[in-house]
Amino acid sequence: MSKALLYDATLCIGCKQCEVGCAEQNHLPYDDAVAAEDKQSAHKFTVVLTKSDKFMRRLCMNCQEPACASVCPVGALTKTAAGPVTYDAGKCMGCRYCMVACPFGVPKYEWNKLAPKVQKCIMCPDRVASGKQTACAEICPTGATKFGERDELINEAQQRIRENPGKYVNHIYGLTEVGGTSVLLLSSVPFEEFGYRADLSNDPLPMLTFRVLSHIPDFVPLGGIMLGGVWWITHRREEVAAAEHSHDHEGGKQ
Amino acid sequence: MKVKITFWKTVFLFLMACGLYATVLRFSRGLGASTNLSDQFPWGIWISFDVLCGVMLAAGGFTLTAAVHILNIKRLHSIVRPTVLTAFLGYVLVCIALMYDLGKPYNIWHPLIMRNPHSVMFEVAYCVMLYTTVLALEFSPIVLERFNLQKPLKVVRAVLIPLVICGVILSTLHQSSLGTLYLIMPEKLHPFWYSPLLPVFFFISAIAVGLAMTIFESSMSAKHFGRELELPILQELGRVLAVVLAVYAILRFEDLMHRGVLNLTVRPGYEMYLFWLEMALSLILPLLLLSQRRIRMSPGGLYLAAVLVVLGFITNRMNVSITGMESSAGTHYFPRWTELAVTGAIIAMGFALFGLATKYLPIFPEERVSEPMSHLRVESVAPAAVLEHAGD
Repeated sequence: MSKALLYDATLCIGCKQCEVGCAEQNHLPYDDAVAAEDKQSAHKFTVVLTKSDKFMRRLCMNCQEPACASVCPVGALTKTAAGPVTYDAGKCMGCRYCMVACPFGVPKYEWNKLAPKVQKCIMCPDRVASGKQTACAEICPTGATKFGERDELINEAQQRIRENPGKYVNHIYGLTEVGGTSVLLLSSVPFEEFGYRADLSNDPLPMLTFRVLSHIPDFVPLGGIMLGGVWWITHRREEVAAAEHSHDHEGGKQ
Repeated sequence: MKVKITFWKTVFLFLMACGLYATVLRFSRGLGASTNLSDQFPWGIWISFDVLCGVMLAAGGFTLTAAVHILNIKRLHSIVRPTVLTAFLGYVLVCIALMYDLGKPYNIWHPLIMRNPHSVMFEVAYCVMLYTTVLALEFSPIVLERFNLQKPLKVVRAVLIPLVICGVILSTLHQSSLGTLYLIMPEKLHPFWYSPLLPVFFFISAIAVGLAMTIFESSMSAKHFGRELELPILQELGRVLAVVLAVYAILRFEDLMHRGVLNLTVRPGYEMYLFWLEMALSLILPLLLLSQRRIRMSPGGLYLAAVLVVLGFITNRMNVSITGMESSAGTHYFPRWTELAVTGAIIAMGFALFGLATKYLPIFPEERVSEPMSHLRVESVAPAAVLEHAGD
């Protein structure tokens, strides 16, 4: 069973404790200046956005079928069975295809380092593996961010929408987006207002490229045989023509 | 010996000096300080121009080797060597550019042992490695002839046909896979350029550019080296080019129609202007020129059409990788001077290496040391016999 996070924006009070917990867990600097930054970056993996009295968290969605892991040529990004999408900096060669491919624009880069790493929320894989919650869920004082089994959290989210008519937008963001994500969101205002795309497909993105790539094993031998065949025909034709020519020639002599 | 200082030598030295300074900046300060790349826009001109366009401009290599060695069109034989030289230089320069763009260039060999066959980038990495090797081998007879090394020459010639076949397959995969790279971002790339047919478009346009580059180079080297122009050959290439462009144009507009975005092409905006610039340069003007028999048959007309096609598809690759990505990124990208300096130096290096190679190696027909193999084949001599004669 895979784990997930459910963030309910209506329970959030904007205290940014999740940002603090995240920075501590990932050994990132955190002070007032960082707290004021409203964008995810190589040194800030989660952000609480504020719009009048509404809040919204942004973090890596840890997709069920992540585009970033599928495009990484060296397999530095991996979707673990437990849910987190992890990163191995030792493998990464810095092509940044993950950044270009991510539909949520999550992976960030250490542009000013000479050995830059890709940085993003990796859903505390060590904590999750040892049966603990993620740092952000553990520290959250109101339960706005809740850690649990993905299936159970989906049921709970549906129940909250059902039991509080009019309170929520009737949509669990991340339930079906790009094939589903390990971060689920509930909100009382449309998700687009906080920069979440509403036009994402419900199909996993990796299929789009794999559909093409899967033809390669057939194409290589077929192409080879076809080109070899054409070569044989064009050169055989020439040999025959030459042989006939010399034959005619000899015939003429006799 | 007195070295003559010419205009082009000065330009070359200037570009190399700028490139060298930019190189120092890139490797001492990192990508952030030496480029305008950002988290919003992680791929810039080093990918757009140096890699996407570089690979495309090298497409003459597989187009022409296939025509001559597989389809056995002998008339084109005299221009195979300059084209293979261009392709080989092109790929070497692409590899050099990648060393600048990769965040950790010293890990460039990782795909050899860390495999992710689901990644298009993994396929691209393998195609670049293998095809650069194939091109080096296809090019090697020219060097071996120059130094009269008959033994390795025999070996390379014996495997020439399998090599050419490998080259064509790898190129087909590689040219199209640069389009496949963008298939995974349907929501990010502007609908003018995002299409399920991207790999097909990249492949067909690579063939068109391969032909156009061959015409362009033959014309240039005819002028520069005072050689006679192989006009009948270029006229033939021009005819094929017109057909390839027509096929591409039909597919391109059918695709726009099927995806229901034709109405966007008349809605003024940043993307629309660059879309029509691409269309005008790559399809409309060249097709108009090439459809006139008088123009198609004249060296000047062919040259102009070829230059337009090359510029047009450079615009196409830049549109796919920069213009089309800007609105979803919510930012405009323009390269920093360091990025331009590196690209400029790489282009200058390409021209200089081409010039040096044509000067010191038997690239053009009249400078041949020995007869090429397929000419001997006309007399229907078995390949083995040719190889024995080659040692004489």
